[in-house]
Amino acid sequence: MHPILSRLSRLALYLLAWIPLAALLAYLMAATGGLSRREAISMSLPLCLLYAFVCLSAWYSCRAIPSSRATIGKLLEVHVAAALVASGLWILCAELLAYVFTGMSLYPGLTGRLSRTIPILLGTGVILYLFSVSFYYVLLAVEASQEAEARAMEARVFARDAELRALKAQVNPHFLFNSLNSISALTTSDAAKAREMCVLLGDFLRRTLGLGEKSTIPLEEEMSLIHAFLAVEKIRFGARFRMEENIAKEALAMDVPPLLLQPLVENAFTNGIANLVEGGWVRLDARCQNGALSIIVENSFDPEAPPRRQKNGMGLLNVRQRLEARYGDRASFNVRTEGDRFSVSLTLPAEREGRAT
Amino acid sequence: MNSRKDTKIRAVIVDDEELARQVIRELLSSHPEIEVVGECANGFEAVKIVTETKPDLIFLDIQMPKLDGFEVLELIGTGNAIIFVTAYDSYAIRAFEVHAVDYLLKPFGAERFEAALERAKERLDSKSPSAAVPAAELAATARPPAQYLERIPVRDGAQVFIIPVSKLDFAEAQDDYVALSTEGKKHLKQQPISSLEAALDPSRFLRIHRSYIVNLERVAKVEPYGKDSHVAVLRNGVQLPVSRAGYARLRAFLGR
Repeated sequence: MHPILSRLSRLALYLLAWIPLAALLAYLMAATGGLSRREAISMSLPLCLLYAFVCLSAWYSCRAIPSSRATIGKLLEVHVAAALVASGLWILCAELLAYVFTGMSLYPGLTGRLSRTIPILLGTGVILYLFSVSFYYVLLAVEASQEAEARAMEARVFARDAELRALKAQVNPHFLFNSLNSISALTTSDAAKAREMCVLLGDFLRRTLGLGEKSTIPLEEEMSLIHAFLAVEKIRFGARFRMEENIAKEALAMDVPPLLLQPLVENAFTNGIANLVEGGWVRLDARCQNGALSIIVENSFDPEAPPRRQKNGMGLLNVRQRLEARYGDRASFNVRTEGDRFSVSLTLPAEREGRAT
Repeated sequence: MNSRKDTKIRAVIVDDEELARQVIRELLSSHPEIEVVGECANGFEAVKIVTETKPDLIFLDIQMPKLDGFEVLELIGTGNAIIFVTAYDSYAIRAFEVHAVDYLLKPFGAERFEAALERAKERLDSKSPSAAVPAAELAATARPPAQYLERIPVRDGAQVFIIPVSKLDFAEAQDDYVALSTEGKKHLKQQPISSLEAALDPSRFLRIHRSYIVNLERVAKVEPYGKDSHVAVLRNGVQLPVSRAGYARLRAFLGR
């Protein structure tokens, strides 16, 4: 869509802007060619009207050769050539017009006087054409940056959406069903323990729900959520697991998206410890290094465990997507298996209440 | 089997969580006609305990260490009444495809449990031993679509072996069994060769003969043998007969 031709009001405004140009041209023609005021105006008005439309065509060549995809030399070459051709044609039209005027014996001897203004016409033509070229390039650049901004906006909305979806998907219903089944077992055998487990499960759920609205929380808060989760799993799995934590003190205060690590720990249970007859371990390391917070969640697993018939790894995928959406290149996420050891390592910018440290 | 009224129903509980087993044990305690003869927490033990105690009724979890519930069922056969007990509702259809008596979703109440027990008793009373279909065949048909076998559980008495399909050289039909050849050893499994063929990835395994399926990665060369038959020579030197139809399939595959 041509930015000026697409609307009548813009075209009118554009043509209006050419009136002072026509006046200037008339003045120059009168001064250099010795044309009378009437002669100069009769020539410059139709010529400028014509040239206004010629300059509109520059838009198409500008769009065809985006400034970002050609060298300056190439751009100059193309557009200067076009400008010379356009002004050449323009001069021809001027001579034709003068010839007509002379023929109609309106302004006798006009053709002769006009030939003296040819350098002025050529110069004006080239300058005006190149001026419109640069005007259109500026316009194109503005358009591109607006588009980029709209895209970035869209990406932000999408990231936020993904995050909300991720948060909703966090609490694994099977964790709930299995925990409820454990409570059901305890009600008759150990009522006090059943109550304790209800409280722990309630505590975990309440924390999870409360976190949905926050964009980041200190690692310390995420850790206490993990502890609530582990307290429930301890009753389910009994002595089958060992948790090791290695968290540097300064890391505890760093911001992390809520529910970033809990799914990783839960994954360590469902795909690791739950498949180990003799039980297994989970280790969580966190430390700050060169402005980045680096976290490793490791667990033991059985490489010969039955293939899961259930879709899993959703937790891992979620964490990866959320890191990508929020931090882009500033975060990393790696999964590695080594023998019977499964480890997820991730880094994200070390920030505290939104400020880099 | 008509002596059901006087003898107890022998039951086994398989679940990797002690508390989950406890629920079942407790709900069974009001049923003097049922005796719990064994409990275990993983797939290998389940096969062992079932082989040794020959129970009538099995409460079987699905996701557990070593072997999952379906793999256990594949190895122990369908001679027993199976009640699946799991927190996952997504296996229900498959569970009934392998002729499970019932499918209990955790957590469940006494009423639901009683209903499952009733169904199990009906099944045990009506069942004639000959009705048992090879479990491996059932398990193969119940496999989720577009998902090929990754490992084959086999058992020798009470001992269980897991053969990853990447280590399977070839399979040979022997009456009602298939002999699975892996790393120079052979393991027998009660399963028709056609159902094994259907469960294996067709881009990796090919039926080259009425009685043979071969792992294509193991084939070193195919040579003419006699007038119009061929043999496939495996990397370990073993020669397998190739039928005319098998040769056509092999050529079509290699031609691609």
